[in-house]
Amino acid sequence: MFDQLSDRLQSTLSDVRSRGKLGESDIDSAMRDIRLALLEADVNFKVVKAFTKTLKERCLGAEVMDSLDPGQQVVKIVNEELADLMGGTGAELAMASSGPTVILMAGLQGSGKTTACAKLAQYFKKQRKDVALAACDVYRPAAVDQLVTMGQRAGAHVYEKGTDTDPVDIATWALDRAREERRDVLVIDTAGRLHIDQDLMKELSRIRDKTKPHDVLLVVDAMTGQDAVGVAESFAEAAEFDGVVMTKLDGDARGGAALSVKAVTGKPIMFASTGEKIEDFDRFHPDRMAQRILGMGDVLSLIEKAESQVDEKSAEELEEKLKKDQFTLEDFLTQMKQVRKMGPLSGILGMLPGMGAMKELRNANIDERQLDRTEAIILSMTPAERADPHLIKGRRRKRIADGSGTRVQEVRALVKQFDQMRVMMRSMANGKMPDPQKLMRMSGQVPKPKVRRR
Amino acid sequence: MIDLGSREPANVAPPEEAEPERRRGVFRRLRESLSKSRQALQEEITASVFEKIDDETWELLEEALILADVGAPTTAAVVERLEHEVDSGAVPAEGEAIRNRLIEILAEVASTARAKIDLSAQPAVLMMVGVNGTGKTTTIGKIAWHLSKEFGLSVVMGAGDTYRAAAAEQLAEWADRAGAELVRGQAGADPGSVAYDAVSAAVARNADVVIVDTAGRLHTQDNLMEELAKVRRVIGKLIPEAPHETLISIDATTGQNGLRQAKVFSEAVEVDGVVITKLDGTARGGIALAISAELGIPVKLIGVGEKLEDLRPFDPSEYATALLSE
Ligand SMILES: Nc1nc2c(ncn2[C@@H]2O[C@H](COP(=O)(O)OP(=O)(O)OP(=O)(O)O)[C@@H](O)[C@H]2O)c(=O)[nH]1
Ligand SMILES: [Mg+2]
Repeated sequence: MFDQLSDRLQSTLSDVRSRGKLGESDIDSAMRDIRLALLEADVNFKVVKAFTKTLKERCLGAEVMDSLDPGQQVVKIVNEELADLMGGTGAELAMASSGPTVILMAGLQGSGKTTACAKLAQYFKKQRKDVALAACDVYRPAAVDQLVTMGQRAGAHVYEKGTDTDPVDIATWALDRAREERRDVLVIDTAGRLHIDQDLMKELSRIRDKTKPHDVLLVVDAMTGQDAVGVAESFAEAAEFDGVVMTKLDGDARGGAALSVKAVTGKPIMFASTGEKIEDFDRFHPDRMAQRILGMGDVLSLIEKAESQVDEKSAEELEEKLKKDQFTLEDFLTQMKQVRKMGPLSGILGMLPGMGAMKELRNANIDERQLDRTEAIILSMTPAERADPHLIKGRRRKRIADGSGTRVQEVRALVKQFDQMRVMMRSMANGKMPDPQKLMRMSGQVPKPKVRRR
Repeated sequence: MIDLGSREPANVAPPEEAEPERRRGVFRRLRESLSKSRQALQEEITASVFEKIDDETWELLEEALILADVGAPTTAAVVERLEHEVDSGAVPAEGEAIRNRLIEILAEVASTARAKIDLSAQPAVLMMVGVNGTGKTTTIGKIAWHLSKEFGLSVVMGAGDTYRAAAAEQLAEWADRAGAELVRGQAGADPGSVAYDAVSAAVARNADVVIVDTAGRLHTQDNLMEELAKVRRVIGKLIPEAPHETLISIDATTGQNGLRQAKVFSEAVEVDGVVITKLDGTARGGIALAISAELGIPVKLIGVGEKLEDLRPFDPSEYATALLSE
């Protein structure tokens, strides 16, 4: 339902346009769609309310009312406002001027703290820093073992005292050791705790008071629902956290929690954790998150991911082809195979704009088999057809469908999608973003706001 | 909550006298924990909302359910139904009656057939699946303890999470606490082979129940979902009907993504029931309603803490009451 938000807004509002002027009730119905979409993404109800109020005011202004395509204009404003709300692109960790930089990790049970500690260690390792980890989760069975194993994998020293020592004492002991051993960074892992568990929240405050961390990071699961706000508020009080690590972003959760936490506590999301492997960890991009929440794809991430996987030479060849408009279904097949090598497809397809617009392909990000079908369709074409898909009509279409065990509609959809993609890729290859209006019309999607890139 | 089959009359220790009392205590406790952060909300609902019944009443009810993570579609369906009933006169347009009816509807939505956990086979095989960190391993510890303490059953645990660091050590600790036997493999071993060994061991020793832990995985990871399906098939080779119960753990703080989790996992391994964990927090676990309403997968157990005894049967009406009561 979510991927269709921009479709829906545009059809609602464009219809109105043909009848004459936009009224407040039209905007109201658009706001309802947006409200629903945000709730579906787990943005907190109260945040949604406040957000749609601001939004409505802006939408009732001249930029929408006088626009030729009000639907498109509303989508643009939503996107801008959302990116603003996620905001704070410049957030950096505070580092110690001398002695070890101390980072305290906190969060609910199962949010991914221990893994995040190891990832953070690896992150600093890459900057040639000497990292130590302190194992202060003495409650969950085998939590210390887990940190020891993962810490070693990241090449960090792990300070542990088993499970019979008070976590506050372990933390201060670890800090002393880190100073003695002149480590650059000390990351303190703590036990997961409920924000309403007063004893454990006090323990956290005590660890904070004793170790005076330079940064306190709250670890939040991207799948969290409405409760994220209450959790973040409680942790803000007890631990005064400075930033957030969003975990499990490799799933298909929209991650509205990120927006809510930012909106309520004002603390930036600093890191994104995107997998179980130690290297699946990176700086967080608020603008991309805004788009994810709206289900609009994440072209930038896709491009970056592709860049790291596709070798330079074939990329250049591809670019030439795109510029000269010689990109064929054959190339598309090759590309698709490359893309499939990049890892879990669900993630990658979610980043593709246009996926949302292809009704037949909309669910492809769940189903790997859909891609097998696409491959089968192309493989059932003759070389001539692959080179010039416009040949594919009537009987040819039927033959291809039969040959690939698919339906005629699927073949048609594929060719259509390919056409649209070619247009978009050509303009991108020529160094400009595709004309947003055209792009939106063809895919029902929204272009990224250009100003929000760091 | 558990169907023990033919074991029931013979082997089972008589239920404790204190059971009804304890259960009441349990739900009082649940209600307490559920209501902590809910006070404001409940005050709103009970006091102002029902004073006069108008659009705002329904909006506030919707708000309450949305804030509990019930999700827009299920919320809309429930409130619409209630509103309809009030409009038609079937339910008196009066605060108390509306509230009671709402609880009834919520409970009805949360109840589905086949709510019992089927452990009638010998050995009965139970498989635990779910997203990372949702509480699989802890729940296994709790279930094993419950089965051995309350029913005197012998339990074997299979450490099928061979991926995450120290996962087997964690399960070993729970096996120790619960008095269960642990079958484990090497780190990185094939989870299917560990499951196979665990079930074979249970058969050889004539154990009552074998519970297989699995590594946490995101439902979007196709290869890992396939791995899970394979574990299931391997178990089925030993005992054709097994696993007799496949439970998915869903964290109570989970938002609308919980629906996708339940859906995709059940497509891969035929999930028989949901365990909602961490209900001792302030999250209301409303996603449980959405899951049973939209997918028809019953919620069977709830986790209300980190200790062995913090496991409860899911009782739809108690749950709905706890969700809305003062
Ligand atoms: N408060 C509370 N915490 C719980 C509950 N169930 C599990 N936990 C905690 O949640 C965290 C994760 O639990 P695990 O049992 O390790 O979860 P898992 O699904 O096995 O995790 P992975 O195997 O890493 O995917 C631990 O810190 C548990 O103590 C519950 O009902 N209430
Ligand atoms: Mg586990």
